[in-house]
Amino acid sequence: MNDFPGAPDPQAPRKGLRVLAAMSGGVDSAVAAARAVEAGHDVTGVHLALSANPQSFRTGARGCCTIEDSRDARRAADVIGIPFYCWDLAERFREDVVEDFVAEYEAGRTPNPCLRCNEKIKFAALLDKALALGFDAVCTGHYATVVLNEDGTRELHRASDMAKDQSYVLGVLDERQLAHAMFPLGDTLTTKDEIRAEAERRGLAVAKKPDSHDICFIADGDTRGFLAKRLGTAEGDIVDETGAKVGTHEGAYGFTIGQRKGLRLGHPAPDGKPRYVLDISPVNNTVTVGPAEALDVTALTAIRPRWCGTAPTGPARYTAQLRAHGSETPVTAELVDDALHVTFTTPVRGVAPGQAIVLYDGTRVVGSATIATTERAVAA
Amino acid sequence: MAYLDHAATTPMLPEAAAALTAHLATTGNASSLHAAGRRARRTVEEARETLAAALGARPSEVVFTAGGTEADNLAVKGLYWSRRAADPARTRVLASPVEHHAVLDAVDWLAAHEGATVEYLPVDAHGRVHPDALREAIARDPGDVALITVMWANNEIGTIQPVAELAAVAAEFGIPMHADAVQAAGQLDVDFAASGLAAMTVSGHKIGGPYGIGALLLGRSHTPVPLLHGGGQERHVRSGTLDVPAIAAFAVAGTLAAERREGFAREIGALRDRLVAGVLDAVPDAVLGGDPDPAGRLPANAHFSFPGCEGDSLLLLLDAQGIECSTGSACTAGVAQPSHVVLATGTDPELARGTLRFSLGHTSTEADVAAVVEAIGPVVKRARSAGLS
Repeated sequence: MNDFPGAPDPQAPRKGLRVLAAMSGGVDSAVAAARAVEAGHDVTGVHLALSANPQSFRTGARGCCTIEDSRDARRAADVIGIPFYCWDLAERFREDVVEDFVAEYEAGRTPNPCLRCNEKIKFAALLDKALALGFDAVCTGHYATVVLNEDGTRELHRASDMAKDQSYVLGVLDERQLAHAMFPLGDTLTTKDEIRAEAERRGLAVAKKPDSHDICFIADGDTRGFLAKRLGTAEGDIVDETGAKVGTHEGAYGFTIGQRKGLRLGHPAPDGKPRYVLDISPVNNTVTVGPAEALDVTALTAIRPRWCGTAPTGPARYTAQLRAHGSETPVTAELVDDALHVTFTTPVRGVAPGQAIVLYDGTRVVGSATIATTERAVAA
Repeated sequence: MAYLDHAATTPMLPEAAAALTAHLATTGNASSLHAAGRRARRTVEEARETLAAALGARPSEVVFTAGGTEADNLAVKGLYWSRRAADPARTRVLASPVEHHAVLDAVDWLAAHEGATVEYLPVDAHGRVHPDALREAIARDPGDVALITVMWANNEIGTIQPVAELAAVAAEFGIPMHADAVQAAGQLDVDFAASGLAAMTVSGHKIGGPYGIGALLLGRSHTPVPLLHGGGQERHVRSGTLDVPAIAAFAVAGTLAAERREGFAREIGALRDRLVAGVLDAVPDAVLGGDPDPAGRLPANAHFSFPGCEGDSLLLLLDAQGIECSTGSACTAGVAQPSHVVLATGTDPELARGTLRFSLGHTSTEADVAAVVEAIGPVVKRARSAGLS
């Protein structure tokens, strides 16, 4: 199973590895790096410069691309006592994450750039470079658990602390990537406060730094404004399920399926109930709205599946997660010609093409795929 | 550990550290009239005299600053302002394109904020400015040149400029010339009077003295407009209470550096030659930066470009083996950019990404060089496999 070059010997004790710790400048990745050192690994810190034009300081929203973040990461590395470098992956990030993000919205889909970054940058561009330079693993501050089986295979599991679990955004990792991944925060049941206390105890100045949450390359958190700058504005119609015009918009890409706010519809629905975005059609620049029940999805088809281990055969029962902080829902999934067909046991709402569906077997991540089409309980 | 980054900073000489700590225990503002002040003043003035002697200058030509960067800024901005004040037509600044950022960014600032026109003088493939090129640039309009600034020797690739010849051309036209001699001092025969320069920058921590102290050697007929206004302590050109311990230690280091220079340059040059030969032997396609003629480069400098490598990768791999050197390139937001110096010599931008500077110093040993020669082959091979991201 582990016959790919550079993989650490699965039977060897997981210590004394050469580890590259990706350090964003936040508290999680700093504590993760410190724990890797404590576990006996030879750790080097690296901050990824992902923005071509880093802003020196930013107030309010926090991301990963400021000079301040780079300095915070370096300061943490100095305290931990590890070498620190800043690697410029801005061009790769722009190509693989930012442009993909824009293209997906332009096509009427709703992408998750964090998954994309893990798949293409942290556990691809960065990991490949790390392996080439002689490192054994990349360590990040994600909350997830890697389990090593007796046969040498690896499994990705939810973090011990479900409230902090980030296995969803790591669901794109295949077994090769997983074999070189290290998540020191996922194995222990720790709350955020405990991580902060640990950072404080370790003398890390980032202990009190606010969490990052928004999309790192959209500094002010205004996704629609960012897209408008990239894609321009084009007025189009908002129609109801019958096709009757109920409003106008400035670009179909600015909407997400299931969205309720910001529709600016002139008059209420005949039944007085709130209306939601049911469908986005970039071809004729039309947004369709309707009642909540029309959002109910009974099944979906997802493409570009990535398996964490062997691909499942035949229909199987799993649980699925559809958003970074979403809940689990039971499904039946079957792989047919590289397309994943998923049927929900009970209908779910707000499922948007472009989002990732991550399948779980208990706490184990089975794999993920990108949602392409959905089937509604009520025809729109 | 092999510390081969002496051009960044070199260990303080024990004699300088002794002078520094001895004076830290004494009190006295060199501007005060009482006994403590007189004692401090005596220390400062003796330091000024010994440093002047070590650098071929008169004591009154030594203006103490808080380091090389301040001295460069004072020379470039101060001379620009005073020359322009005397004749508003003088707005052209002639500079080499391989200057340290302390000069380069000061010059660019003058262009952005003070109406200066910056003209970067052409350099050859070794980064050297030829006197004819300077003459040609001045002759186009001798009346509008405010100042000329060309470093004595380059901090990255080690190329030595023909400073005296350039200064002679400048003198023909009566234009003040400044040279940043931060890297040259202690390695080359830096004689301010013989150079014909109007102003020259030196720094303490590059020659075995303390950090945070430097000097602008300033010909007596030149009065740059101050950057710092206040008590006027240094010829009314530079204000601020003098750092007596640092000045005393700086002078000790400067004197020792001058005394030991010839022997040091000979020995360190031989060691450097072995490092260059060893590296080129281990990595045949490595490209030596700067002047290949040892007489044309700083004796302690070795600079290479390694095709297909990222400088940062090389640095990381060498650091992991206890070898400390530098890419020699500027840092923007912590991200390595190809060096403006290397690019100015006409080097391909992709090749310019894989540079390393080894700079030797008074603590360097054969073992340091052996460590580099042994490590560099496998390190380059590995960095090459990681490629250019």
